[in-house]
Amino acid sequence: MNRTLTIETTINGRRRSLDVAVNHTLLDVLRDDIDLTGTKECCVVGECGACTVIIDGRPMNSCLMLAVEIDGSEVTTVEGLELEEGLSPLQGAFLDEGATQCGFCIPGQLMAATALLQQNPDPTVEEIQEGLAGNLCRCAGYEQITKAVLAAARGVKQ
Amino acid sequence: MNAVGSSPRRGGGYGRVTGHQEYLADIKLPDALHVKLVTLECARARINAIDSTEAEQVPGVHFVMTAADLPDPMPRFGPQFQDRPVIAVGETKYHGEPVAAVAAETKDAAEEAALLVKVDYTKLEDGIFSVADALAPDAVLVQDPALRGASSFAQTNIIDEKHFGWGDIDDQEAHLVVEDSFQFPMVTHFAIEPHGFMAAPDGDGIEVWSTIQHPYLLQKIMAKMLDLPLSKVRVHAPDPGGGFGGKQIPKFEPLVAFMALRAGRPVRLVLSLDETFQQVRRSSAEIRVRAGFTAEGVFTFMDIETNFLVGAYVDIADRVVSKSSYSGAGPYRIPAVKIIGRTILSHTTPSTAFRGFGIPQIGWARESLIDEAALQLGIDRLQIRLLNLARYKEPFIPSEEADGDWEQTVRTAAKRIGWGDPLPPNRGRGIAVGLKSGPTTGLSYSTVRLLYDGSAMVYAGTSDMGQGARTIFAQITAEELGVPLDDITVVMGDTSVVPYDQQTSASRSSVLMGTAVQRACFEIQGKVRAMAAKLYNVDEGDIKVDQGRLLLPDREFSVVDVMQEALAPLGGEVIGNGEMRKDKEPDHPLGGTAAFFEFNCTASEVEVDMETGHVTLVKHVTVGDVGKALNPLQVTMQDDGAAIMGLGHTLMEHYIFDNEGRVRNIGAIDYRILTSMDLPLDLHSESVENADGPGPYGIKGVSEGSLLVTAPAVGAAVREATGKIIRDLPLTPQRVWEALQEDENGS
Ligand code: FES
Ligand code: FES
Repeated sequence: MNRTLTIETTINGRRRSLDVAVNHTLLDVLRDDIDLTGTKECCVVGECGACTVIIDGRPMNSCLMLAVEIDGSEVTTVEGLELEEGLSPLQGAFLDEGATQCGFCIPGQLMAATALLQQNPDPTVEEIQEGLAGNLCRCAGYEQITKAVLAAARGVKQ
Repeated sequence: MNAVGSSPRRGGGYGRVTGHQEYLADIKLPDALHVKLVTLECARARINAIDSTEAEQVPGVHFVMTAADLPDPMPRFGPQFQDRPVIAVGETKYHGEPVAAVAAETKDAAEEAALLVKVDYTKLEDGIFSVADALAPDAVLVQDPALRGASSFAQTNIIDEKHFGWGDIDDQEAHLVVEDSFQFPMVTHFAIEPHGFMAAPDGDGIEVWSTIQHPYLLQKIMAKMLDLPLSKVRVHAPDPGGGFGGKQIPKFEPLVAFMALRAGRPVRLVLSLDETFQQVRRSSAEIRVRAGFTAEGVFTFMDIETNFLVGAYVDIADRVVSKSSYSGAGPYRIPAVKIIGRTILSHTTPSTAFRGFGIPQIGWARESLIDEAALQLGIDRLQIRLLNLARYKEPFIPSEEADGDWEQTVRTAAKRIGWGDPLPPNRGRGIAVGLKSGPTTGLSYSTVRLLYDGSAMVYAGTSDMGQGARTIFAQITAEELGVPLDDITVVMGDTSVVPYDQQTSASRSSVLMGTAVQRACFEIQGKVRAMAAKLYNVDEGDIKVDQGRLLLPDREFSVVDVMQEALAPLGGEVIGNGEMRKDKEPDHPLGGTAAFFEFNCTASEVEVDMETGHVTLVKHVTVGDVGKALNPLQVTMQDDGAAIMGLGHTLMEHYIFDNEGRVRNIGAIDYRILTSMDLPLDLHSESVENADGPGPYGIKGVSEGSLLVTAPAVGAAVREATGKIIRDLPLTPQRVWEALQEDENGS
């Protein structure tokens, strides 16, 4: 059997104590151990961004991190984006602007965009494109995704 | 209710932005075994022996499945030819073809054991990796002639040779004859969701889960392979995370089914992106085109010969060849045409359907050649196209007529790109015209249930893989029954629940399934009209139905109100069924005329960096004749998305092989697709809408149009900027730079 370690972490606002295999990535643990399957698996080499989550405020590829590395950290996944009153402005904007085609890249796009807006609440188109350059979308809704992030930024500002 | 022509939030959107959408890999079957495939580090090899002893000792491993564990002769399957084995038997025929599959309690155990399966194999020389290899007189045969039936090509690597055309090209006079050859690379679908397959024994039948686009084709194939009635094969097809054609045809579903039956438990095989790269791709092609023109630029003939290099198994590639070849001469009026298209086997990943279905390959060559003719004749490149374009209702291929005002589309694109405006230095523009046949046959059934509370359920066997079919069917239902969009649930993806649909391909679903949904709604309207006639004592013939309203001679009601009054107090529902059938036409060379054409004009303006060869898309315009945009935003999403995908094969995508047939750039690091940083500076998609399509409200299919001729439009722009013609894709900086050097060296 693989060796496990116990880690303490906060995921989507909920404190958790998890026994994780030392060789498992954060992506493995999210998807396979605690059923947070919203985070997607595609390339597993840090190139597509489908597995993006926010760790202590920074967007990270969860396929590149070992789960033990999040000990003591705060993690937000796509399941943690929704607000009490419903979809977040960014989630709503993704639907209104038509940013969501097959949807498989969308959790990663949303997490990267959420982190971007936290750091830069008023981004330009170029800054959005640069901020999301690590998130591939084969449906190629890039134009709509950029518009959605802009719309969310404007909405939040008002 | 004005649902048609509006752009509401996407059906299934909530799940997609919250992470709750269940894709295949998100479904956890209790007690499932995990499967890992074992493959070899070469394309063509003889399998001498497979020793699983050590692998089976890994804790948690149940068994290792090889050809020896399957029926003899090996069961084979495919949509056109039954040539693909469940697992490699005797010989591997492409890099990545599985020779064994491990079933274990955990992913870790399966992966560990897969590395311990010892395959004794002999690499075989003389693998076929190019058209030239395949057609060489002493070429080894990729497929055993015994499997090829009565084919007259059985002793060759040619699966079939298609001959189409009309008139006699040798009888035609021409002021100018141009001829050239072009190449189109192998590219892969790269859906962000890798392919996945699961199966579980289900009493005296089987349940299968797959990322498949065609659940009913899978059901048919599984039933045949397992000798089960269709009713005992239940296929679950959750919405795919992108398909683009790559998920049309079954791949490893039979393998997981045999494994599940052996284990007596569910089994699960989710491929990695890298593994997916080795299982699906677009056919590469070598295309030679020759065409004759009058001095004024009018076509006198066209002669096209295309060699499509398909993979080791035919999959649906032979249909790609015939369908694209048939309309390969494009939307032009040409008195004589001769077309030959060959389907050629090789020791490479089996190629399959891919957005555009063969048209991007032929379009690249044809449109590039037309530019050459225009240049030599001194005619504007836009004008030569307009001059020859078939007019509305004009037959341009025997048995097919132009189904739209195509000139309007071309003129719109030319206007948007600023055709004829002065160009700054290092810039160039190109324009190209593309045409793709829609489905030639079709069969779709739908059931709609108008529930007592005024909400509705729509059952449709289409796969919503991103095109937004859920939204479209809900919009049609809202329009016809007056039910608010938010109160409509569209059910898909389960053959035990949803009636039959032939397939989700060829941009058919809005037109064919859309018609079935609309007809199901019509049936409900009819039933409710009869209810109203009875309730209000009016002649049925005096009641009209319009957008969910029943118009009686002196008053009007909503469909829902009448239904509720008629069904009270027990409640219940009104059920409608709809069928849309496009029958086979046995005498037609393709088995049927096109239900519609996807017609597109793409125009591009580029700037070329003469030092590095880098191409910047300053502006990229795509205009499609869509009949009517039932959902304008979704049409734009499809058009933008297809254009950007087309820019992939135009500018950067291609498989690189070594001399043993191994793909050297597998995966996201080495195989690049466009990111948000690679987009045209200005991307503009537009629709021409004359409501002249065969679908509900005059719609035609969309989704593929704007990648049909991306390459020739951009290639022409690069040519104008550099003065160099490049005949091979993609137009990487290196290739463009090399072309520029030729210029300087005067070679
Ligand atoms: S799956 Fe993590 S970056 Fe692709
Ligand atoms: S929406 Fe399909 S990959 Fe982005």
